[in-house]
Amino acid sequence: MTNDLRRLVSATEARSRARAANDVLRRAAEEAGRVDVALGTVDSPIGQLFVAVTPRGLVCVAFEGEDRESLVRRFASALSPRVLAAVRATDDVRRQLDEYFAGARPRFELRLDRRLMTPFARDVLDATAHVAFGHLATYGSVAARIGHPKAARAVGAALGSNPIPIVVPCHRVVGASGALTGYAGGLDRKAFLLRLEGDPVLDRDA
Amino acid sequence: MGTRTPPPFEEFLAAQGDVVMRFLLVAVGPEHADDAYQETFLSALRGYARVRDDGRLDRWILRIASRTAIDHHRRRVRRPAPTAAIPERQVHDPEPADAALWSAVGALPTKQRIAVVLRHVLDRPYEEIADALACSVDAARANVSAGLKTLREQMR
Repeated sequence: MTNDLRRLVSATEARSRARAANDVLRRAAEEAGRVDVALGTVDSPIGQLFVAVTPRGLVCVAFEGEDRESLVRRFASALSPRVLAAVRATDDVRRQLDEYFAGARPRFELRLDRRLMTPFARDVLDATAHVAFGHLATYGSVAARIGHPKAARAVGAALGSNPIPIVVPCHRVVGASGALTGYAGGLDRKAFLLRLEGDPVLDRDA
Repeated sequence: MGTRTPPPFEEFLAAQGDVVMRFLLVAVGPEHADDAYQETFLSALRGYARVRDDGRLDRWILRIASRTAIDHHRRRVRRPAPTAAIPERQVHDPEPADAALWSAVGALPTKQRIAVVLRHVLDRPYEEIADALACSVDAARANVSAGLKTLREQMR
């Protein structure tokens, strides 16, 4: 009898039904406002991007090759464990990134959730948000802008920890000589993004 | 240590979804399992930000699923569904050999049905069944054996 009971529903049947039900659940959870961090992916010329959106706005963009599992665990501990794959929450981000990579969006119009930034990084990254498409700034000029002219190195570190690259354009910040210097997503990606923006040259008076 | 946050819900869903679905398929029946599944996980999600991960979230979700199953049966007793009129959304075609067992399971009193599923489909210990049914371990044991006895008689 107990063997018959176990046989009533096979593990395979349960798995495939659960999978279909999970899609319905993600939609219902989003509609009920019970998702605090919605996860999505965006295909791009520099690899598949991983994006996370909260009710406050875009909180993270990660490059292909970054450890998504540990990122998601970080969201759970730093933001909320109510993390689910998005149904619609990431649509606007995807559309604007698509437009950006098609060369049709010089400026993102997205609300940002800055909770994954330290207060100092917040200042630094806010300052880089003023560097427009097709322009460059140096670590030193960003440091001067936030009132810490000697903190170019700390500025570099803050930019390197940017949780929302591309949209917060830390790729537009280069060394005093104009050298690309560094990028969390790799120098190739930084060069690609700047090429996409028309290969700007450093305006030394800026 | 006592206040570990639970894993990302997506991870939790991947780890527990299959077991919960298997439980519900037998506990409320294949035609209602999908609805009960939604209800179970939406309810879990509501309090999930405040839940403390004691390492036994599998128990926690089966407790919610059991409560959902009990509520489901209670609602159906109060307000029987006009079954003939509404087509089932998901067709379930049991093997002819299993059809008798399905209907015998379906005829069990709710608590016995849940207890039998937890014990003999999911292999859960009696202590956990007691927890899920909010009863004593002895009562959990009694529910399992009464359910099994009925099933054996029906299937003879």
